[in-house]
Amino acid sequence: MKSVNTRLPVLLSGLVCALALSGCTATAKSADKQATNNKVEIDTNPYPSTYQPLESTPTLIKNVTLIDGVGNKIDNAMIYFAEGKIQAVGTSLDVPADAKVIDGEGKWVTPGIIDNHSHLGVYPSPSTRSHADGNEMTNPVTAEVWAEHSVWPQDPGFGRALAGGVTTLQILPGSANLFGGRSVVLKNVPNRTMQDMKFPDAPYGMKMACGENPKRVYGEKGGPMTNMGNVAGYRQAWSDAQDYMRKWERYEADFDAGKNPKVPKRDLQMETLAGVLSGDIRVHMHCYRADEMTIMMDVMKEFDYQIGTFHHAVEAYKIADKLAKNDVCSAMWADWWGFKMEAYDGIRENIPAVHAAGACAIVHSDSDLGIQRLNQEAAKAWSDGQRAGLDIPKEEAWVWLSANPAKSLGIFEQTGSLEQGKNADLVLWNGDPFSTYTKAEKVYIDGGLAYDLSAPETWPVSDFELGQVGEGDVK
Amino acid sequence: MKTLALLALSTLMSTTVLAQNIAITGGKVITMGENGTLHKATILIEDGTIQQVSGDDIEIPEGYQVIDASGKTVTPGLIGAFTSLGLVEVSSSAGVVDATVDPTPITKTGAALDVSYAVNPDSSLMGVTRIEGMTAAATGITYTDFLFSGQGAVISLSGDEPVLKSQAFVTVDVTGSGSEHTGGSRAALWVTIEQALAEADAVTTLPGPDTAWHGLNTPNDISALKKVLSGDLPLFMKADRASDIRQVIAFKERHSMINVVLIHAVEAWRVADALAEADIPVIIDPEYNLPGNFDQLGATLANAARLEQAGVSVAIGMDTHNIRLATQHAGNAVASGLSYDAGIASLTRTPAQILGMEDTLGQIGTGYRADVVIWSGDPLEVTEVAEQVIINGSLIDMESRQSRLRERYVGMDAASDTSASHYVRP
Repeated sequence: MKSVNTRLPVLLSGLVCALALSGCTATAKSADKQATNNKVEIDTNPYPSTYQPLESTPTLIKNVTLIDGVGNKIDNAMIYFAEGKIQAVGTSLDVPADAKVIDGEGKWVTPGIIDNHSHLGVYPSPSTRSHADGNEMTNPVTAEVWAEHSVWPQDPGFGRALAGGVTTLQILPGSANLFGGRSVVLKNVPNRTMQDMKFPDAPYGMKMACGENPKRVYGEKGGPMTNMGNVAGYRQAWSDAQDYMRKWERYEADFDAGKNPKVPKRDLQMETLAGVLSGDIRVHMHCYRADEMTIMMDVMKEFDYQIGTFHHAVEAYKIADKLAKNDVCSAMWADWWGFKMEAYDGIRENIPAVHAAGACAIVHSDSDLGIQRLNQEAAKAWSDGQRAGLDIPKEEAWVWLSANPAKSLGIFEQTGSLEQGKNADLVLWNGDPFSTYTKAEKVYIDGGLAYDLSAPETWPVSDFELGQVGEGDVK
Repeated sequence: MKTLALLALSTLMSTTVLAQNIAITGGKVITMGENGTLHKATILIEDGTIQQVSGDDIEIPEGYQVIDASGKTVTPGLIGAFTSLGLVEVSSSAGVVDATVDPTPITKTGAALDVSYAVNPDSSLMGVTRIEGMTAAATGITYTDFLFSGQGAVISLSGDEPVLKSQAFVTVDVTGSGSEHTGGSRAALWVTIEQALAEADAVTTLPGPDTAWHGLNTPNDISALKKVLSGDLPLFMKADRASDIRQVIAFKERHSMINVVLIHAVEAWRVADALAEADIPVIIDPEYNLPGNFDQLGATLANAARLEQAGVSVAIGMDTHNIRLATQHAGNAVASGLSYDAGIASLTRTPAQILGMEDTLGQIGTGYRADVVIWSGDPLEVTEVAEQVIINGSLIDMESRQSRLRERYVGMDAASDTSASHYVRP
């Protein structure tokens, strides 16, 4: 299931047969013959990225306080980027004479912010019923749906998030279902189509959900209506996926043995689940409570897959040691709490407490407003940690905003820190980004200037906003 | 702060220690009153009331507990401008939600509903909110099936009898979604509002059990609406679209006695001059900058700043569980052009004025209720916190259910050499 290339002749001949009904015997025979020559393989990338980076001008930013995203802070720093990549970071750099030079005195540079929990595009503004494309609430298991098929690229939220320094984001299906479907990772360069924004070669993720939401949605629609029903639902689905994988393994083995095996019927739901079990698709699981997360880590061992990240994880601080041991990240808010029972035990020190225990902590938004100031969310968590005796320097805290979400999404090789050779995804802040009063002044994605606070013509205006009240206004 | 910690320990679960005489010295005091901002000021508090605030070196009388606030910022206690504090514990699927009301025979237009009966001072939200500097709040109903969302109250966030003012305001939603219960159209909504008020105005003797009555309102609704008509009970009108706000202004012109307050007000900046002219204050969340619906196409972070420039009074703070984040909201409004003074006023003096409490709340001045907060620094900075909160002259125990959870779990690892194990009751 890992290689690409669908064998079109097989599929097409089958289709012709199904449509024509009569006179198919000969065609079917020849299709079978072809099958002996062509192993059926599934295209794992049928909606490929068509992302094109913005033009990248060789640029040197100097005299800044620089947080490199992997734990270091450099005063009076310089950063040079060209051809979309970070070329060098240091205090004294030799750069080509034609490089654009920006004096950033009093300003800060950080890696671009990566939000691994957004519903922009699938729950866009305006939030009309016609636009509610984030939750396929027709069955507790809808692993077959893909969020990228719901993304409305004209959501004005993308542009607002850009102004907040967000360079990459994961769009997830909602949390109504035990298995909500696949996520998509986007470059936050607003464009005409989802494919134009799709992060090249980012692995897929799959959304799962614990607790109250699936129970509330399905409790009176055939279940699950309890937490034990939820867990039974996950286990049965994983078991079905194991069975599905065995079918394909048998097919491949038989094919390789020169037999003429029948091609297993494709099941899109099982395909995604099998992708998780084979390690190609990352699990992003909405889960609030410590006890539920711990049960899910046992389910994970039972079916031999890895939960990449618990999302919301309001009680992660209670089991930070277990999260560290199982290598599961927690994507959290700084201070949301109490809107439902499973969020009742939220505390302001959750993020620094998870970090201090050696587990992977991430600041996420799950909000079209919160995504615009994730730096402030990190600042709150950082200062609350300080007061609780968790002495985490700012330069280390920034891993919550860039490096850790990049790892969670499987794109840390490309982005998430200011290291030589990585994508030039970075933000020039007009002050310390741990302050309420600081704004993103320039946002670069792959070295291209995607947003400039001082140049209103760079402020994104989505099609939806064009010709409407407020077009092009300060946002 | 060591003495405070000891006090906190000795009182354990109680919210406050007894009111005492307190002197707060050395701090930068943002009075929000005629004294402006004083540096190295002294505040004297006696029996729950502010006696004196002075920038001069004044003598501290015998028997005052002295709190050294050198290097700190001191403000009036913050006032939640529009919340449901005390009416809701956990909003979704968990009960204790007095902030929503289903149809019930006592009311037909919703004006009769009165939250002052429903406020629970033991709600965990009280502690969570007050230790972050909020000392009072307007609390009201968030949703009903009626035209009006009932009468809200002003509450203190400390004490067993939290209601400072019952029947403090009545709310009506005139946005697109507000017309859901009037046929789904503003064309019916405004006619209904006018009819309900005209009826209340026309009734001179309330209908009793022996009177045939076919009005839009019940007798209880009429009693409440009469106070709205006389201006005693402010009418909070929720609107976002500029044209709806123009209707609110026109409404105020038709009913000059009614004390109109505009809430939510996403496009208010577009009508700012007219709002100032009509002397209508606003309560907003200044962070709304997205067109959440077709009423909000003009949403911008500059809303608060543009309203201030036109001379409109701006209060900031619309939330319940996280109304404590109003400081961050105001800070972001300041980052987008609101003056710093208006930013602090939006959390203190302005909501007090809107709620008709301007003589007792929202300022540090002689005769004001002693609701005072000592901050680690600038209250609008996300990295600064309330270090000591004083409500009605009493030092608040700076604990909440959340701080107790933190104490139980954070550092549990550090406390033992092995990994965290089961916890033990204290």
